Amino acid sequence: MATLDSKIPAGPIKDKWTNHKNHINVVNPANKRSIDVIVVGTGLAGGSAAASLAELGYNVKAFCFQDSPRRAHSIAAQGGINAAKNYQNDGDSIYRLFYDTVKGGDYRAREANVYRLAEVSANIIDQCVAQGVPFARDYGGLLDNRSFGGVLVSRTFYAKGQTGQQLLLGAYSAMNRQIGMGKIKMYNRHEMLELVKVDGKARGIIARNMVTGEIQRHSAHAVVIASGGYGNVFYLSTNAMGSNVTAAWRIHKKGAYFANPCYTQIHPTCIPRSGDYQSKLTLMSESLRNDGRIWVPKNIEDVEAIRNGSKKPVELKEEERDYYLERRYPAFGNLVPRDVASRAAKERCDAGYGVNKTGEAVFLDFASAIMRYGSEKATVLGELNPTPERVRELGEKVIENKYGNLFQMYEKITDDNPYKTPMMIYPAVHYTMGGIWVDYNLMTTIPGCYAAGEANFSDHGANRLGASALMQGLADGYFVLPYTIGDYLANDIRTGKIPTDTPEFDEAEKSVTERLEKFVNNKGTKSVDHFHKRLGNVMWNKVGMARNEQGLKEAIAEIRQIREEFHKDVFVPGGMYEFNPELEKAARVEDFLELGELFATDALLRTESCGGHFREESRTEEGEAMRDDENFAYTAAWEWTGDPGKANLHKEELTFNEVELKQRSYK
Amino acid sequence: MKLILKVWRQKNSSDKGRIETYPMENVSEHMSFLEMMDVLNEQLISQGTDPIAFDHDCREGICGMCSMYINGEAHGPDRGITTCQLHMRKFNDGDTIYVEPFRAKGFPVIKDLTVDRSAFDRIQHAGGFISVNTSGNTQDANAIPIPKDDADKAFDAATCIGCGACVASCKNASAMLFVSAKVSQFSLLPQGKVEAKRRVLNMVEQMDKEGFGNCTNTGACEVECPKGISLENIARMNREYLKASVASE
Repeated sequence: MATLDSKIPAGPIKDKWTNHKNHINVVNPANKRSIDVIVVGTGLAGGSAAASLAELGYNVKAFCFQDSPRRAHSIAAQGGINAAKNYQNDGDSIYRLFYDTVKGGDYRAREANVYRLAEVSANIIDQCVAQGVPFARDYGGLLDNRSFGGVLVSRTFYAKGQTGQQLLLGAYSAMNRQIGMGKIKMYNRHEMLELVKVDGKARGIIARNMVTGEIQRHSAHAVVIASGGYGNVFYLSTNAMGSNVTAAWRIHKKGAYFANPCYTQIHPTCIPRSGDYQSKLTLMSESLRNDGRIWVPKNIEDVEAIRNGSKKPVELKEEERDYYLERRYPAFGNLVPRDVASRAAKERCDAGYGVNKTGEAVFLDFASAIMRYGSEKATVLGELNPTPERVRELGEKVIENKYGNLFQMYEKITDDNPYKTPMMIYPAVHYTMGGIWVDYNLMTTIPGCYAAGEANFSDHGANRLGASALMQGLADGYFVLPYTIGDYLANDIRTGKIPTDTPEFDEAEKSVTERLEKFVNNKGTKSVDHFHKRLGNVMWNKVGMARNEQGLKEAIAEIRQIREEFHKDVFVPGGMYEFNPELEKAARVEDFLELGELFATDALLRTESCGGHFREESRTEEGEAMRDDENFAYTAAWEWTGDPGKANLHKEELTFNEVELKQRSYK
Repeated sequence: MKLILKVWRQKNSSDKGRIETYPMENVSEHMSFLEMMDVLNEQLISQGTDPIAFDHDCREGICGMCSMYINGEAHGPDRGITTCQLHMRKFNDGDTIYVEPFRAKGFPVIKDLTVDRSAFDRIQHAGGFISVNTSGNTQDANAIPIPKDDADKAFDAATCIGCGACVASCKNASAMLFVSAKVSQFSLLPQGKVEAKRRVLNMVEQMDKEGFGNCTNTGACEVECPKGISLENIARMNREYLKASVASE
């Protein structure tokens, strides 16, 4: 059994990372050539890690299940990336970004990691600009910023609503350069299905070629898991259809602890669901909350009228609207953190004020912003007495420049024009703060096995601030792993190539083959999606935005039941040694069915409310979330024991020396 | 809505392939095209038959994975979208819809509607990057101001999602729009100018090697491109190519 040693370097927080880098082992360039590293996942974390490690001289093998590394789901991040550049001269600093992130995470993150993240953030922007990432600029040619929820400064860099795409294509281009030079061997349409351990160390993986079905052995001196989050355990989420927990879950079952699985981010601004056939939910960037105001009608009669179509939302007067975020949280208003905004929407909808047929939608309204920008623009153009129509026209142009692609996306999906009528939005599962437990070096509890980006648990505590996921993914891959992995690999310079014709690889390959054979030979009657949807339903209703003891206990029992039925009754058409998307899904859903139970178990244990985890039993008189620092200021790291409901709990106590623990208030 | 679907089925790359007919009932106009395909696949699975293989991932129009050729158009009848953003309200009750894979010599079929677009990756390996290592002390991001118009144009070119609709729509199966988008992005930015010559020569050479055709200015690619990548980029690439070919070092 491994012990939890977070390996936080000694010394003042602002010197920890520098001192650590100065004192860890490095591998000399000639020796790097004889060391292999496997990177699973090619999103911001995996892509940047693969490129940087290859630049350093390691032989990298990178794996992605998509047909190209450029399609990893980081590509869909819209709003932006935070960095403590203080270009706006609005008082930003490394400390302030660190403080905001710890506070935003509801004091459940490791201080030292967060500080390092803030420290390297500025360098990420420099690196990306050098790679040719076309960030938004002002007319002076300098970089532009916008603000995001939960902070009081403007520190978010962006490329319209496609920041994730541009950053990922930056990392992809860095990878391409290394692939062209032969330093990265890229395995597209390959899925990691098992980790191989030799003498307790991670030494390789078993992967399946998804085109031919061939089961392959790949060895390396270290394995990096950068396979993203597990939001798809809810079936419906903003994640891509293929996003899965498999790589992370496989290493968990081989000894890597899984930390805080219940910390899930429910994003407040997504397009509401429209029917049972729904396959995914689409996010509308949080950046829209910069200019959009969120409201529902004050009077329940107006809600009815809007639902049955007899009244249009634009017909409601100002005093007939309830801008509930501005009402409840005057200091932050529409820019409260995501968890707060999501719960507030749920509260209004649960009270019966939801504005669409399903009763699960609130308005996000741009009318005020359009008029405000319009009159500013008119002034700039020297138009002294513009008509309201002219102001609106000018304002819509400004909004189009800022959010054009998001508005277009919204209109395509809903058939409503958001320039003329308010958008309808509702919260949806978006990001998982929990993940594989890692130490300061991003190493899991398996020696030589690392986890980076959303796949690890490290930096966001119980809630992630907007525009921080891109920052963390790139920080891990460009600026943390390349240093810390060398410290470990320095002991491997004489190891030589890891052979794959060993009992350990035989055993791992056999287990994968048997698992897949079981699926294709199972003569069940129901599709994989059938079970996935049922799991998602339980997760959303009982382990979703608000959780309580009874619901969680029911959820655990129900998930076990679904899992049992899945094994008996799942039907997977086609064979193993062919292109078979149903077989891929079956293996992923089997892992989700185990994770789901651990997720609910973790939520049951944590009787406090913190960040994205809201226990109905733990709230203030005003109904706000209430933390319990006395009993829960720790990271829950779970050890696999053969049954997800009987995992062993290990606690990493969290100590806060730089930031005072306070109940979060955005009022 | 009731629909008749005529879908290309092909077991693997060596199979000849054929069109199969599937009647569909109770299709909601709010469904996306892929959700309609999901429903069809659920039906096929419940009948114990092989579901239709198609590529898809993000389902919000940005990953570039989905790639259907619907009624003779890449990503179907609507403009400025990918297949996953196409909604059934664009069709009428009783319609017959033909669904085929993106077809091009450079995109061999893997199965049914799934094609191999790795040629695009290989073109990028040839030069779709700026040769800068990850570095702890890159110069400050604001050290080189970039005129907003250039930055915006570079961004517009960089929004290409690499789906291949341009190739599928082109009668010559040309990949010029795709390649020129990357060439343009970097040629418009000061960071990319250093390697501009080598980049355009290498990328065009690889494009030719992969078997993509030439551009004859029909403009179908621009019309079908889900991201509205402009033909101007092809003109810019041609200029860059000419400059790189005739000018001395």
